[in-house]
Amino acid sequence: MAAIDYEVELRRAGAYAPGGWRRVLFLAQRHVLGAAGLVIMTLFVFTAIFADFIARYDPLTIDAARALGRPSLSHWMGTDSFGRDVFSRIIHGARISLAVGIGSTALGGSIGVVVGLTSGYLSGWVDLVFQRVSDVLQALPLLVLALIMTAALGPSLPNVIIAIAIPLIPTVSRVIRANTLALRELPFIEAAKSIGMSEMRIAVRHVLPNTLAPLIVLATAQLGSTILTEASLSFLGLGIPEPYPSWGRMLSESAAEYVRTAPWLVIFPGIAISLAVFGANLFGDALRDILDPRQRG
Amino acid sequence: MTEALLEVTDLRKHYPVRAGVLRRQVGTVHAVDGVSFSVGAGETLGLVGESGCGKSTVARSVLRLVEPTSGQIRLDGEDITRLSKTALRPHRRSMQIVFQDPFASLNPRMTAGDIVGEPLAVHGLASGKALEARTARLFEQVGLRSDQMRNFPHQFSGGQRQRICIARALALEPRLIVCDEPVSALDVSIQAQVINLLIDLQRQHGFSYLFIAHDLAVVAHISHRVAVMYLGRIVEIAHKDELFRNPRHPYTQALLASVPVANPLAKKLAPLVDGDVPSPVNPPPGCAFHTRCRFAMERCKIDRPALVEAGDGHQVACLLNEGTGQKNPIP
Repeated sequence: MAAIDYEVELRRAGAYAPGGWRRVLFLAQRHVLGAAGLVIMTLFVFTAIFADFIARYDPLTIDAARALGRPSLSHWMGTDSFGRDVFSRIIHGARISLAVGIGSTALGGSIGVVVGLTSGYLSGWVDLVFQRVSDVLQALPLLVLALIMTAALGPSLPNVIIAIAIPLIPTVSRVIRANTLALRELPFIEAAKSIGMSEMRIAVRHVLPNTLAPLIVLATAQLGSTILTEASLSFLGLGIPEPYPSWGRMLSESAAEYVRTAPWLVIFPGIAISLAVFGANLFGDALRDILDPRQRG
Repeated sequence: MTEALLEVTDLRKHYPVRAGVLRRQVGTVHAVDGVSFSVGAGETLGLVGESGCGKSTVARSVLRLVEPTSGQIRLDGEDITRLSKTALRPHRRSMQIVFQDPFASLNPRMTAGDIVGEPLAVHGLASGKALEARTARLFEQVGLRSDQMRNFPHQFSGGQRQRICIARALALEPRLIVCDEPVSALDVSIQAQVINLLIDLQRQHGFSYLFIAHDLAVVAHISHRVAVMYLGRIVEIAHKDELFRNPRHPYTQALLASVPVANPLAKKLAPLVDGDVPSPVNPPPGCAFHTRCRFAMERCKIDRPALVEAGDGHQVACLLNEGTGQKNPIP
């Protein structure tokens, strides 16, 4: 039996975990999949920001002469039935997906935090009312609820963001509430009370910072599903209105008619959606492991 | 004795026990069941008793961290029992608490300096550079270096964390510090350091302690007077020397007899009490201790003994001591 090299074992267990960039590198080595997720997410954000420089054609320009062109050197991912460049539309679609993903996660997340904190900290009838409303919202699947919301509000970018954000509120508020309930009983909260801090200040200064780790994880995990929900909504015709490029709508427009004759219209938006969701989930999983010491192997 | 700083009269804290679908109340936990005591200015009152006898509930009630069911708490002559949160706020400065668990009583996401300085900031007593300077002084008072202010709680040892807790309690210059088993979670060697720090600080500042512990040696070292609690009631209060030399209540006698002797050859005495503490959900009628008492009489099952003066500020709640006039009726 080989002797155990304690130095190596300790290093692997994270005993000498360095700080700063070296820490990022160290964590990337331990969480290869997470690092891959981070790379995908970074690429995704980069694409959304610099879409105008990356895309070679205007995503909205119609050119009947080039309709349904196969992927070629000039049109890497072919053209759609209106002659628009698919590659350019996918690049610009990243903007919509990112706006919806980040926008609805941030909106739903922040409202969820406020609801969860109030619910957990005040308890009593406030908690009861919030939790029963959450029950009702959670009884419906994310997509169904978002579908009802967009149908009621009408399809537009802000409405889609709101529609996807609302079903997120109970998910986030449940996590924050559970955390708050546990934290509320800890002596440092009692100590804060005994120095005469107001409940509000205790909630913001002492409870909230201690719920951040699960919140970040939840937000990253939800990012993937919000992107997917937007795609589904657009696929069903209730998402981002024409002519703006949304991955989901690009899929839905072409799926039935062109899947045999022009499969590139289905394959490339499909890959874009899968990749973005995949990246967000990989990154979220790794983040959960890194931020939650109990999950460390 | 000087004017009492803290006066607690007939304090009770009952928790309802609910069960079933309808959450009907099926019983009541008598956590604290009629406790009266006082703490003089600059005095340390030790409060001892077994786990679950209500010591911590007394501590939290005094600070109004739990709302007492009935009774009265007077701080400096003023009744604070029913004050609203806002009205209580100025009184909060007069009393502070140090908890048992130095790991859970510090917010892990704040620096030690922010934790200690927070009371001053909350009450608007200092800000900016002045706050930093006062925090640094507090650190030095409890034997920490001021450059440790930037560190986070997890970078300190248990004893150091407890020093941070003490510094936080000192920040508002309180007149009463409630110590809820402040050294129970620490190493024996560290215990002595922390206890001596507490004693030194009292000498310098002249505040009072309500010192809760289950370790008799610790209590004997720091207290001026000692109160013994059993099942939510105080059974005996006396000056430290008097209590240890001349315990009157059978429970106190048993408690003192159970202190381990640091001599392996010493003859082991048979324990003076058997069995477990009865449940506080339905405490026994009469004297709470009669189920385990060696001297229990028929009367003990019916009459609840009051805490009565037995001379020299020595108060006992035992029927054996009532009206006998004997100095020490218990053999």
